[in-house]
Amino acid sequence: MLRFLLQRGGQALIAVFGVVTLVFFIQRITGDPTALLLPETATQADIEAMRATLGLDRPLLAQYINFLGDMARFDLGRSFVQNASVEEIIVSRIPETLQLAAGALVVALLIGLPLGLLMALTKGRFISRWIMGIVLACQSMPTFWSGIMMILVFGVWLRWLPSSGTGTLSHLIMPSIALGLLSLATYARITRSAVVDEMGKDYVRSALARGVGTKRLVTKHLMRNSLIPIISITALELSQLLAGAVIVETVFAWPGLGLLTVQSIAARDFVVVQAVVLLGAFVTIFANLAADILYSIVDPRVRLSV
Amino acid sequence: MLKKAKNYKPWLSAAFYWWPISLLTLLLFFAIFGSWIAPFDPDRQNLLARLKDPGFEARGAVYWLGSDELGRDVLSRVIHGAKVSISVAFLSVILSGSVGVAVGMAAGYLRGWSETILMRLVDIFLSIPAILLAIITVAVLGPGFINVILVLSLTRWPRYARVAYGQTLTIANRPYVTLAHAMGASAPRILVMHILPNIVGPLLVVATLEFGLMVLFEAGLSFLGLGVQPPTASWGSMLSTGRNYVGSAWWIATFPGLALFLLVLSANLIGDRLSDRIGKGHG
Repeated sequence: MLRFLLQRGGQALIAVFGVVTLVFFIQRITGDPTALLLPETATQADIEAMRATLGLDRPLLAQYINFLGDMARFDLGRSFVQNASVEEIIVSRIPETLQLAAGALVVALLIGLPLGLLMALTKGRFISRWIMGIVLACQSMPTFWSGIMMILVFGVWLRWLPSSGTGTLSHLIMPSIALGLLSLATYARITRSAVVDEMGKDYVRSALARGVGTKRLVTKHLMRNSLIPIISITALELSQLLAGAVIVETVFAWPGLGLLTVQSIAARDFVVVQAVVLLGAFVTIFANLAADILYSIVDPRVRLSV
Repeated sequence: MLKKAKNYKPWLSAAFYWWPISLLTLLLFFAIFGSWIAPFDPDRQNLLARLKDPGFEARGAVYWLGSDELGRDVLSRVIHGAKVSISVAFLSVILSGSVGVAVGMAAGYLRGWSETILMRLVDIFLSIPAILLAIITVAVLGPGFINVILVLSLTRWPRYARVAYGQTLTIANRPYVTLAHAMGASAPRILVMHILPNIVGPLLVVATLEFGLMVLFEAGLSFLGLGVQPPTASWGSMLSTGRNYVGSAWWIATFPGLALFLLVLSANLIGDRLSDRIGKGHG
């Protein structure tokens, strides 16, 4: 177990290092990122001052080592546009995005799991095909379009729900559905294939032979054994949701990390954008690590295959 | 449960199969011959006919899907938008596919150090949420047609690399590959002549599904103002305008979004059908 933990932990650290390196070099593609870090109104003197603070007059390698050092100390830098530390700015937005992600996850699980189960149980019949059609439709739905259409119908025409902003539960409904549709499709597909896999196994056949009813078979046998792939996909979904939030938050003017990213790009506040991207990557890496560890606890055989 | 599968009517199944392909063909037709089909010049403004309802008639010309905030014909812009969506998606699938397949096959065939380094690189790219990676890169490079293609390819090549790698690993041990190697065939020759033809099926499935995703990404970037720049008609930027006029002019956002949805849906349906036929193996 220790060896397994060390190996997976080591891989995660390498990934973190790689991501930081990648983000650093992407910003140096054009050679000089000063222009990215300053508003368009910046004077030549501002640019020179920024160059000196960032140490851009030094060789690339020295800048890179410096950047790594900052990251190791969790120093994300300072936003010149908002005149606050990037850490503060980000932390203040996290709760909003978490709310949205949680809402989306609830939508995805509550609808996706039953749909997937139903597809598996009706496999090969026409109804299964239709459900798959619906699932594919969810998967193909551009979040910004489904969001705008919901605003149109429920916000503008019916006036049931507020079309933007945050604060109450009714504000959360439409953004959660818009963001949750894609994950819903993923959950439905994963559940379907997991349950179909389980259905072919001997224990299911013998349960059926013993006269176990459908309801009991599904709850006691099938769902329980199909849960592992469903749990591990949740790790991946977290990062999907964070990325999807960029667009959904823009549509609904939801003041989370996604809207922050878009506003920061418009304001050329690049340190903030960089921090959000890094955060997204770290969430992905650690969610995967957590899923791996959880997996190895549930199914000890995983450890042996290292 | 576990009832025997019923056979439904064959014509219905055929319709299920053909409509995504016909729709894709139609949109492709729009993309290629858009300027001849579209009733208006998509960029021509008519400030006297701003935000008009679908079906509005002005001086003998009909705005079938209404007009936008500058009096441009929405139908013409939707038709022209197909060009941007399809060409960006197609070119980025080709570019990211070629790079990804080359990397994945090299890693799977050469093994050893190159395998470790290449596949680690793939893991690193995959651990940054794709749309965030695309946003940061396009913000650095600046928006525009070519840059969007480059950025989308940069974010999506690892997906092909994963699949090509896995497939190459299984094929590389087949007797005919060993034999080709023993007969003195070079590594590039073995990869291109012996391995590639045998892994092309699963790669095609990935490419089809990726096509849909690329269409969505391009529209997403345009929606955020980071894609192809105005006045060029693109569905994403039309949606972004439409968002602002959703209370007064619902048609501006509705129609380009519908076109986008149908294009992605047909790509996904075709990909799904392909993967049923060709078999799994896509990551």
